[in-house]
Amino acid sequence: MSSVEAMPAIRKTALNAVHRQMGAKMVEFNGWDMPVEYPASLGGGIIAEHTAVRTAVGIFDVSHMGDIRLAGPQALAAVQHISMNDASRLAVGQAQYSALLYPEGTFVDDVIVHRLGEDEYLLVINAGTREKDFSWVRNHTREFDCVVQNLSDDYTQIAIQGPKGVNLLQKLTDADLSAVKFYWVTRGKLCGLNNILMGRTGYTAEDGFEIYVPADEATSARVWNEILVAGREFNVVPCGLGARNTLRLEGKLPLYGHEISDTINVWEAGLDRFCKMEKPEFMGRTALEKAKAAGVKRTLVGLEMTERGIARDGYKVLDGGGCEIGYVTSGSPAPFLKKNIALSYVPRELAAVGTAVKVEIRGQGVGAVVVPTPFYKRQKKTA
Amino acid sequence: MAYPTDRKYTKEHEWIEVNGTTGTVGITDYAQQSLGDIVFVETPKVGAELTAGKTFGTVESVKAVSDLFAPASGTVTEVNAELATSPEKVNQNAHGSWMLKLTLKNPSELDRLFSAAEYEKFVAEEAGH
Repeated sequence: MSSVEAMPAIRKTALNAVHRQMGAKMVEFNGWDMPVEYPASLGGGIIAEHTAVRTAVGIFDVSHMGDIRLAGPQALAAVQHISMNDASRLAVGQAQYSALLYPEGTFVDDVIVHRLGEDEYLLVINAGTREKDFSWVRNHTREFDCVVQNLSDDYTQIAIQGPKGVNLLQKLTDADLSAVKFYWVTRGKLCGLNNILMGRTGYTAEDGFEIYVPADEATSARVWNEILVAGREFNVVPCGLGARNTLRLEGKLPLYGHEISDTINVWEAGLDRFCKMEKPEFMGRTALEKAKAAGVKRTLVGLEMTERGIARDGYKVLDGGGCEIGYVTSGSPAPFLKKNIALSYVPRELAAVGTAVKVEIRGQGVGAVVVPTPFYKRQKKTA
Repeated sequence: MAYPTDRKYTKEHEWIEVNGTTGTVGITDYAQQSLGDIVFVETPKVGAELTAGKTFGTVESVKAVSDLFAPASGTVTEVNAELATSPEKVNQNAHGSWMLKLTLKNPSELDRLFSAAEYEKFVAEEAGH
């Protein structure tokens, strides 16, 4: 008899039963059983959900993401060591996009760093990298006087995204959300729960909030349903991973394992503005300095199909002559822009906007062009 | 649901409606429901030769690419151009959205296909898994 390795059981968020009860189509994502889209009878379907977020409001269960808390006298120093952005710029209540880097200057993960208190930081990380990131953070902050806690299972995280997101959430909380700027957080009473963390963050390229409530099933279901009821006047739609992906793609937000990974560095990924080289030390800094001096060879660009066809993850990108020059990291129809778009790595020389390329689709080269990114940018509200 | 009895069905969820030696082909309501929003349909050119059971094109949803399998062998005589601009019609009315017409080479191949009642049973079993 051969020995069989035990397969890890698929993980479920506290809202799993709720999604199934709602009739969501479920899919396995990085070891998690997650909704990909909801039924049309609930206003769902990837395109309808995507449109709802762009024009009104949609809600997502994003509890699969992870949470690492660092607290103590040297918590800032610890964060500064492992994170490429400058956390010393954060006021209490402020957040920033950043990344944890390997010594090679490549990505362990991307992360949102929140400063919750004088010496307290919360890193929100990807679902697929929960354990890797926690080990990484713990192992590389041992010399700093701070605690490192894995709070990933403690929270049900719900994203409320879209132009009406703030209006919806305001109905449920006593916190003054109009005072919370984008990428800032607040705490308040929410659905009768005290001291709930609410951040004006998200992964949809829209305005909106992410809330963190206790992860027990009863509380999670109650809050989810109260949000749906409060959102009826705004035509709220429950949204799954399908729309989550098309929304972030339109906004050129990277996805770990696609635009960023352990074989791609910060310069190639075009995330320079989140990487503060003026910080004298952080993991990956030395390699990044060398890489910059050596010259960056390939770069992430946006593509738009010019001929009929949909570029998808992993498809080859060819130059005009049919030679392979790169590959699609993420590609899909863009439901709001009504185009077929993709992100891909190409050599620097072929990265200029307007460069004509081809994407190999089932053996045929189909025309595409390099376009400016992000493909979509939301209108900022005035006042 | 009750599937139209005026046609036959494949395991891969295509339907074929036959008039004399002309077959009209599309995908079933079960297929469009499983796929979700259809954004792209790729069909062969007029004149192409199809072989029963072999792929003849693709139908794409937002997330995935699915092969289309020929219910019968024959030569393509017409292709529904509307699906190039309005693929969502397949979601709206799968049984009323034809993809192509072909002249059947070997009508006895149809005997192998499901009747409406057999297909309905097949789908109920598949959906139950």
